[in-house]
Amino acid sequence: MIDTLARYFQFPFVRYALIVGVLIALCSSLLGVTLVLRRFSFIGDGLSHVAFGAIAIAGVLHLAEARMLFVMPVTVLSAVLLLRTGKNTKIKGDSAVAMISVGAMALGYLIMNVFSTSTNLSGDVCSTLFGSMSILTLTKTEVWLCIGLSIAVLVIFVLFYNKLFAVTFDEDFARAAGMKVDAFNLMIAIVVAVIIVLAMNLVGSLLISALIVFPAMSAMRVYKSFRSVTICAASVSVVCAVAGILVSIVASTPVGSTIVAADIVAFLIFSLIAKIRK
Amino acid sequence: MAYLTCKNLALGYEGQAVLSDISFEVNPGDYLCVVGENGSGKTTLMKTILGLHKPLSGTITFGDGLKQSEIGYLPQQTAVQRDFPATVREIVLSGCQALAGRRPFYSKEEKQMAARNLERMNLEEYASRCYRELSGGQQQRVLLARALCATRKMLILDEPVSGLDPKVTAEMYALIRRLNREDGISVMMITHDVSVALREATHVLHAGENVFFGTREDYLCSPLARRFLIQEGGASA
Ligand SMILES: Nc1ncnc2c1ncn2[C@@H]1O[C@H](COP(=O)(O)OP(=O)(O)OP(=O)(O)O)[C@@H](O)[C@H]1O
Ligand SMILES: [Mg+2]
Repeated sequence: MIDTLARYFQFPFVRYALIVGVLIALCSSLLGVTLVLRRFSFIGDGLSHVAFGAIAIAGVLHLAEARMLFVMPVTVLSAVLLLRTGKNTKIKGDSAVAMISVGAMALGYLIMNVFSTSTNLSGDVCSTLFGSMSILTLTKTEVWLCIGLSIAVLVIFVLFYNKLFAVTFDEDFARAAGMKVDAFNLMIAIVVAVIIVLAMNLVGSLLISALIVFPAMSAMRVYKSFRSVTICAASVSVVCAVAGILVSIVASTPVGSTIVAADIVAFLIFSLIAKIRK
Repeated sequence: MAYLTCKNLALGYEGQAVLSDISFEVNPGDYLCVVGENGSGKTTLMKTILGLHKPLSGTITFGDGLKQSEIGYLPQQTAVQRDFPATVREIVLSGCQALAGRRPFYSKEEKQMAARNLERMNLEEYASRCYRELSGGQQQRVLLARALCATRKMLILDEPVSGLDPKVTAEMYALIRRLNREDGISVMMITHDVSVALREATHVLHAGENVFFGTREDYLCSPLARRFLIQEGGASA
């Protein structure tokens, strides 16, 4: 097994895949804590559907190399829209989000079907939904874009960590203390959109929410302070991503679902620890 | 000049007035109690002062070196979820947000201030405990410590004793009194207990159909207060 891995690691794209996987797992778990606590996970879910639709259109437009440049702005724009609608009276906001996300999926699939020239349509759809069979299909541009954006997200997270806590714990108090909460929420939504587009490459659009929700939920079972939950979620997520990628290489399983499976195992372990501690 | 001056305020939601024609001021050292029935708009008034809502009409001005963001406030209900992971120290420190402004990290002074306020509220031993595992009274003290980090001048407290037992309630009132008398912090406290207002406050604002604002002594003589007190006396008799 070690031999197999060593052989794989001679290829630069395998190493790239691991770097990209770790960065994406790190970013999504960091933001995940806030999203889960503020009941904003729906934004992640909605956006991943929108990203699916955008990728379908990008495919039809033959944007192959430059498709990120199309998908990214569309998803960011939808993030802004979703946040707006989500804020309007709770229930209506929820349905609006559902409408936008399911609508984007349906249209995406329709467009793919009508215009696609691909001979393997269901394969294309499947890999957009559940991630590629392997992330070895990443192009070099995508890898560098991913590394650059992930670092930007990390820097933003560290710089805004204290504000993020203040807003997450008590939005009104933060507002009264003079924070521009609306602008801040907008920034979060944009960052989430960026992470989701990046994560599409890794796990596919249907599984992105898992990267956002699972590590945060696992950490919250055991840890009681915001800081330790954040650190724990990030570590769990990175470990699961690395484990998932390695296993998927050795066992040639689909990488996205293998990572999510690792996240589920981690969640079960943490739940067990929480039970035992009680 | 007063810390806070409200003139002919009308408050409400979506153009519907809840309270109108409110005029009052809070001066340094004042202890103002806002009384009124459930739903009379006390919380709305507080949120408007804090800039969370826009007034329908009228003006709110801050003076004497007080900025809107320098008011410490204790909300009536925090929408904190049951499973929120946060320690007491983290929450109290987040009160320094107004001071930190655009700075990304808290300074040493701010951390020291948070530690001091923890001490002031007798919370040192709970500093590393999880907020959601504290009792209601302890949680309320944590939020008060947070409010104290946000201000040196003025506190707005929205029903700070709701849900507390009589002993803890008395302690809470004593704490607030000390902050007002000894530390010179102006207090604006919302309560529906008129007798508390008459005992603790220097000034009273009665919100409702008929608005009253004046000193405690004037309020005692007003027909509004008398009606309230008679009702309460009747209820307990
Ligand atoms: N977000 C809102 N949107 C619309 N109306 C609201 C909203 N919040 C409160 N109201 C209404 O405004 C009125 C005043 O509410 P407010 O919370 O200010 O009362 P209160 O005096 O604080 O009452 P209590 O003593 O119960 O705390 C109520 O009739 C309430 O129904
Ligand atoms: Mg109220």
